[in-house]
Parts: sequence; structure tokens; C-alpha cells
Amino acid sequence: MSTNVDDHDHDHARTFVPDEEDSLGQYAIVEMAVRELLIEKGVFSADEFRQGLEVFDKAGPHLGARAVARAWTDPAYKESLLSDGSAAVKEFGVDMNLTELYVVENTPRVHNVIVCTLCSCYPKPLLGAPPDWYKSRNYRSRMVREPRAVLAEFGTTLPDGVEVRVHDSTATMRYMVLPMRPEGTADLTREQLEALVNRDAMIGVTVVPAP
Amino acid sequence: MADGEEKTPRGYHDLGGLPAGPVDRSEHVLEPWEKRVDVLCGILVDRKRRLMTIDERRDAIEGLGEDAYNSMKYYELWMAAALKLVLDKGILTRDEIDGRVDEIRARLGLEAGP
Repeated sequence: MSTNVDDHDHDHARTFVPDEEDSLGQYAIVEMAVRELLIEKGVFSADEFRQGLEVFDKAGPHLGARAVARAWTDPAYKESLLSDGSAAVKEFGVDMNLTELYVVENTPRVHNVIVCTLCSCYPKPLLGAPPDWYKSRNYRSRMVREPRAVLAEFGTTLPDGVEVRVHDSTATMRYMVLPMRPEGTADLTREQLEALVNRDAMIGVTVVPAP
Repeated sequence: MADGEEKTPRGYHDLGGLPAGPVDRSEHVLEPWEKRVDVLCGILVDRKRRLMTIDERRDAIEGLGEDAYNSMKYYELWMAAALKLVLDKGILTRDEIDGRVDEIRARLGLEAGP
């Protein structure tokens, strides 16, 4: 890239972080082209795109943790979360858009875990972008055949009597696990409970550890 | 049903139950371009636009071919599929895309694309 002062105006035309251009592949450029053309055609506005980035950046496991801690401390909320997940998480500003959220509850007898064998479907508005391993060939292949072996790789060993239920997501059906509330948390506030809940426990590959 | 007795051939995307190795648990922070692809693809399927469905995008990804499926980055697959759909649906033309890609490459001081 030239550093000639005549390029000053040109530099201001950039819409992304300086120095990123060196790492941009062809599809990163195609994204810019499609976005610019669709904005010019009025399909969406630059502002709507910016809002989309903001929503993306704001989504994360902390939103799911909020729903979990609320369900642990409010039986009526837990019931609504289990019966109509998409509606229940709206309370925290989470919009599942055109997908349905199904929340599955762990109990002393049943442990749930989620996967998407066909692609990478995940409750992204609630938990943020999925970890790479969730999208990986090895996780997708094996979780439905040998879930206990995969759980063991995540350090999770369940008692023999516990039934493991694996939920295979689809384009329109997204799952989240409601983990069990750990022992020794009776005196914790809802905020303290939220802090205990992590992403992997809501995918179901781990359990929430006691504090 | 035992392997080999399946009535419909298994697609290369259909991984459930296949033998595979240990899960690599490395974490990856998304790059800015990956986020932009995610957000653009989200807008294309949202309830306001409905220019395509999530199923159509998955089908388009699976239609890119096994080599592409196994070698391209995750968000490259997404963008390639979204591009195919905006062209197939007549939302944008090949000429418009090619022209704008060249213009953006020039604007960024990048070499001409493939």
C-alpha cells in the first residue's frame, strides 16, 4: 500500500479496520461487494447492517446464563422457558428470529447435550457464535454415536444410571440445555448464580461446577 | 440400519454416527470479515427480508461439492452459498458482483482477484 499523501482521501473511503486488508480473502471481498450493492438497491441500510454487527457482538453465553439463573430461582419462569423458549428469552432482549428455541432440562436422571450433525445450527442469538469444535467434523460425527466418550473428552463423567439424551438441531429448531443447579448455592444471589453458568454447560458437554 | 444398507446415499455433509477422531477444543475468536459474513447472511434470512431461508443456504453449501466442503473455511462456505443464492434468485447479477469486487480490490490497493 502506498503511503503517498495524495492517498489521503482514498484512505478515508475504507469501512473497516486499517491493516485488515492484507488478510482479506476473496470471500471477504465478495461480502463487501454484495453488501454494498444490496445497500445501494435499498434491500437494507448501512445502519441496519451496523445494528446487526452490534447485536452479534452483544450476544454471548451471558444471555443464556441469565435465563438459566432466572429459571433456577423462579419456578414460573422455568416453566415458561421449558414450554416456549423463544418467548421466554425475549425478556432478555433475545430475538430468535425465525428459529424456535427448545430448552431441555438436566435432572439427576437425565443429561442433555446438543449437536448439529448436518451443519452447525446453534442458538446464536442466545449463546453467541458457536465454538469451532461444535462445528467440527469430529464433534458432529461422534456425539450421536458415542456421547459418553465425547463427554469424557470434555472432562464430564456421568454416573452409570444417568440417561444421556443427544438433541440434533435443525435450521429452525435450536436447543439449549438447562443445567442442574450445583450443590451449595442456596445462599447465592441470582447474579452470583449467573456467573457460575458457562457456555459449555448450556451446550451440555459439561455440568455447572459447585462454587 | 447397517452401513451399506442405507436406501439413500449419505451426503458428505451428513456426519452423524461416522467414525472420527478426538474433538479439538481450541477456541477461535472470529475475525472481522467472518462477523460481517455472519451478519450479512443473517440479514438475508431475517423476517424483514426473507430473501432466502437457512435451509436454502445449507443446501447451497452442500451443493458446492465435497472438495469445497472439506477445504474451505466455514465463513467462506457461507459466503459462497449466499452468493450463489443471490445470483440464482436474480437479486444481483454476475456482472454487478464482478465489477464491484474489482472496484473494491482497487480501492483497497489489493491485487486483482482470482
